[in-house]
Amino acid sequence: MADSVFEYAPAPERRDIVDIASSYGLFIDGKFVDGTDGKSFKTISPASEEVLAEITEAGEADVDAAVKAARRAYDRVWSQTSGGDRAKYLYRIARILAERSREFAVLESLDNGKPIRESRDVDVPLSSAWFFYYAGWADKLGYAGFGPNPQPLGVAAQVIPWNFPLMMLAWKIAPALAAGNTVVLKPAETTPLTALLFADVCQQAELPAGVVNIVTGAGATGQALVTHSDVDKVAFTGSTEVGRMIAKAVAGSRKKLTLELGGKAANVIFDDAPIDQAVEGIVNGIFFNQGHVCCAGSRLLVQESVYDEVLESLKRRMGTLRVGDPLDKNTDIGAINSAEQLARIKLLSEIGDSEGAERWSPPCELPEHGYWFPPTIFTGVSQAHRIAREEIFGPVLSVLTFRTPAEAIEKANNTPYGLSAGVWTDKGSRILWMADRLRAGVVWANTFNRFDPASPFGGYKESGYGREGGRHGLEAYLDV
Amino acid sequence: MTTTAPNLDDVTASATSLRRFLAGLPGVDQVGAEARAATLATRSIKTTAKQYALDLAIRMVDLTTLEGQDTPGKVRALSAKAMRPDPADPTCPAVAAVCVYPDLVAVAKDQVGSSGVKVASVATGFPSGRTSLDVKVADTADAVAAGADEVDMVIDRGAFLAGQYGQVYDEIVAVKAATKDAHLKVILETGELATYDNVRRASWLAMLAGADFIKTSTGKVQPAATMPVTLVMLEAVREFRNQTGRMIGVKPAGGIRTAKDAIRYLVMVNEVAGPDWLDPDWFRFGASSLLNDLLSQRTKMTTGRYSGPDYFTLD
Repeated sequence: MADSVFEYAPAPERRDIVDIASSYGLFIDGKFVDGTDGKSFKTISPASEEVLAEITEAGEADVDAAVKAARRAYDRVWSQTSGGDRAKYLYRIARILAERSREFAVLESLDNGKPIRESRDVDVPLSSAWFFYYAGWADKLGYAGFGPNPQPLGVAAQVIPWNFPLMMLAWKIAPALAAGNTVVLKPAETTPLTALLFADVCQQAELPAGVVNIVTGAGATGQALVTHSDVDKVAFTGSTEVGRMIAKAVAGSRKKLTLELGGKAANVIFDDAPIDQAVEGIVNGIFFNQGHVCCAGSRLLVQESVYDEVLESLKRRMGTLRVGDPLDKNTDIGAINSAEQLARIKLLSEIGDSEGAERWSPPCELPEHGYWFPPTIFTGVSQAHRIAREEIFGPVLSVLTFRTPAEAIEKANNTPYGLSAGVWTDKGSRILWMADRLRAGVVWANTFNRFDPASPFGGYKESGYGREGGRHGLEAYLDV
Repeated sequence: MTTTAPNLDDVTASATSLRRFLAGLPGVDQVGAEARAATLATRSIKTTAKQYALDLAIRMVDLTTLEGQDTPGKVRALSAKAMRPDPADPTCPAVAAVCVYPDLVAVAKDQVGSSGVKVASVATGFPSGRTSLDVKVADTADAVAAGADEVDMVIDRGAFLAGQYGQVYDEIVAVKAATKDAHLKVILETGELATYDNVRRASWLAMLAGADFIKTSTGKVQPAATMPVTLVMLEAVREFRNQTGRMIGVKPAGGIRTAKDAIRYLVMVNEVAGPDWLDPDWFRFGASSLLNDLLSQRTKMTTGRYSGPDYFTLD
């Protein structure tokens, strides 16, 4: 037996690679400006509660200035810029993101709490890839299947969430610019820093002033932006609750709307699945990014005949997950993004307890400061439990069982959401049979949480409408 | 992980039941297995952890020479190095074993004496294994008679790929009987088995037949050891212990040349099979050039700088 333990020594990524200013203004018309009413808020590192910077809260006047700048840039510059020239800017941005990837990765992990392994290997490379991909479309819009000469919409108002701050920015800005629109983007109030660093990238790429504007703030700023009368297009990613409010606010106007909302995805494990990889897929499905993923595989459906061995393997695997400092290169699970989100995860978990589900977490030491929640599974969960119905948006997995493929479909679809689903089986025909019947925008087969700019992403039912990514993602930003 | 046949004696009762059992093992998803291995390779092992890993890796090396040009002189030099890898540093541990062809076992045994370094011998018509069972058994008996502590046998890949699992099983059982008290390492030659499903089946087959260790490769076929192949084998030994209580060792061999690679393997052992396998009794590296890189990194850890290659012996 082992004579001593293989303890991984701390391996923190260097923090000084990125300069964080003590305060940030709003990025309007190509430069940073102060807010008109002088309000501000703080953004903190959720892993330590340390204040990172003072952020300007944009009021209505600021939002108006940003929309006006975007309109001006659209009328005078961007709508007159050829597709080929727009592509040049997008390629340039893609390249700068790749070149400054370490800076972005460290900043993202600091502000969001996600492990550096994920920001370094997933968020930042995918963000760069999104710009590369849509740069390629900018001069080929006539071949995208929307008519010979599709036109842009104008000014796009984009509101993004805190779970993948830079990546969501890329998902929104890249297709909008490729299609010829200008944008005003509002990052989430808990994670504004990478969007503000992206403003620096726009300057470095010499993107014409006003094509990209970034206004920071909370719900009120977002509301001012989406209800602004000179906005032609609204794109929102976030909770279903806020999505509903936006849909109502936009109703009856000319604004085109796409929503990418919540989810409660089923990850379905059949008895002939490659079990070891399925367990990896379960872990990646729910513990990736602390479960702060709208398409997270938060409902595990296991065929009863393999339930015991899957559970045993899953528990063993969860015992090897490393929770802690997001900047440590060996961390698998970082900090919960905010005190508010932590409270919600705790509340729903307590509801799980009181509804009679059995809670299990591997032994793990959580840091003293900051917001933390251990990787958790609930067994003995039924469809009637709230933890099987409501989006927890945290590292909490509800485990259910099924007997037949038909029952798996029935349970998987029995949710108001429909963003994603996973199927694990060695049988190709069953994968296709399932994919035909699952009412979810994305169905992953023998994998989970894989993204690619060429692949469209979006929801059924209350998970929203419209698609992002791929050729389909252009439609949201074209007058078709 | 296996679902089938709680009683493994029934499994090996006939060629048919063995075949049915191996076919019923859960499949391996290639993309998933490779992605898992790649993620484990991103672990960053620094300072004290690196020191620990380097020393452990040195203690796990089966220092190998398997060439037609091997001579008693070469084997003596290699054995000396095995006992004292870094002449300049007495705190440097010895390696686990020297690994040679059967005819040179006596030379190696004479050199390592009672130092604790084992002598391993390849046998059974290594590397192709294309001889009769009688010759394989005689080859093994020869190596053991000459003093080998460990025997590294090859399986009959032709029989395995033809689906003759019973024949492969019987051969391993026969060779195991011939090894007497020596430890038996069974080389699957995963580069010739080609698929991860085959690697998992061959692993179970060897473990059921009495292997003490399962080993990836002869080193004579490309690809030799890879991270994903070793991952699948580590999963197999973990599940085998869950079901039978018996622990089997794993030995990747061939292609592991740098300390960085070796540390990645140790991380994988730690997180896939578990810390119990982090011991030379349960995990080995079949390698020759790896040792000098481990020594060079080890010296760098203690002195803070790299020495030139001339500071490490070339034996």
